[in-house]
Amino acid sequence: MTRKLLAVLVIALAVVAPAAASEQSPTLPELERELICPTCHETLAASTSPIADRMRVFIRARIAAGDTKSEIKDKLVDQFGESVLAAPPKSGFNLLAWLLPLVGIVLAAGVVGFLAYRWSRSRKAEEPGPSANGRFSLDPELERRLDEELARYDA
Amino acid sequence: MPGRVRIALQAAAVLVVALLLALLGWKVFNPEEAPDAGRPAPLFTLPHLTSDEQVSLASFRGKAVVLNFWASWCGPCKDEAPLLESAWNRYKDQGVVVLGVDAQDFDVDAQRFVDRAGITYPVVRDKHGSTLGHYGVTGFPETWFIDAQGRIVGEHVAGPLTEEDLERNIKIALGQPA
Repeated sequence: MTRKLLAVLVIALAVVAPAAASEQSPTLPELERELICPTCHETLAASTSPIADRMRVFIRARIAAGDTKSEIKDKLVDQFGESVLAAPPKSGFNLLAWLLPLVGIVLAAGVVGFLAYRWSRSRKAEEPGPSANGRFSLDPELERRLDEELARYDA
Repeated sequence: MPGRVRIALQAAAVLVVALLLALLGWKVFNPEEAPDAGRPAPLFTLPHLTSDEQVSLASFRGKAVVLNFWASWCGPCKDEAPLLESAWNRYKDQGVVVLGVDAQDFDVDAQRFVDRAGITYPVVRDKHGSTLGHYGVTGFPETWFIDAQGRIVGEHVAGPLTEEDLERNIKIALGQPA
């Protein structure tokens, strides 16, 4: 039990620690991937437009000034609006963009699970059950034909 | 599956498809493109570049408006700024307003641009680019001319203006023979 708990803690740390470091000390390449050029609608990483170049200069200056990733993004949203973010913020109405896919996955899993359950039950209902002596009983017509074949074989 | 649940699911699926089709139809029949001459100019209210004052296009009704979209990083915008300033000084007493709309830009860069170009005509800041779609702006600079009744008139100049473009279209906006 203790080992399992320790493993969970290690995994949690492995996920959370880099995220926290990235928030406190962002780099230009990671911000370039998370921001959109307002004129060409590509990520800054892919854009060579004049405003993308200007935004890179701004980001470098803010990183040098010690801003966190959120602070830099907030300043760019103030200048260009939320469309500058490659992913919508996880708050307000935009939260729907994050939640709806999860809800869709859960619903789809529920529907698939329900259908699989129904299918397996209907298969069981169709299968012939064992008779009173514990053996599976055959269709009477099939049993008759089998007896005939066995009799012919014996003869 | 009970019949009622099945009908509800089918109705939901039909509703989703209908909504998506409606959205597609709306986008097809309402494309973001330049308004035609003679149509009312799309109205907007935006903050002045250098103050908290809100500037409304409707407030210029009764005057001819030279509506110029620009950004500080746009090279041709630097070239045409002196022409616009000159036209503003020449025509402002004749009922003409030059109105600059700065978009896709940093505040500080836009302010520096205005200072360096010596611009004295009103400039508004469209931080979120909300007017760009209504006017079908695809690049900078782009200029529209609006008459005293608030209708789009003359030519839509996509690219840098010449002095002749300005003179000809301002006269059209004033209702004078070009």
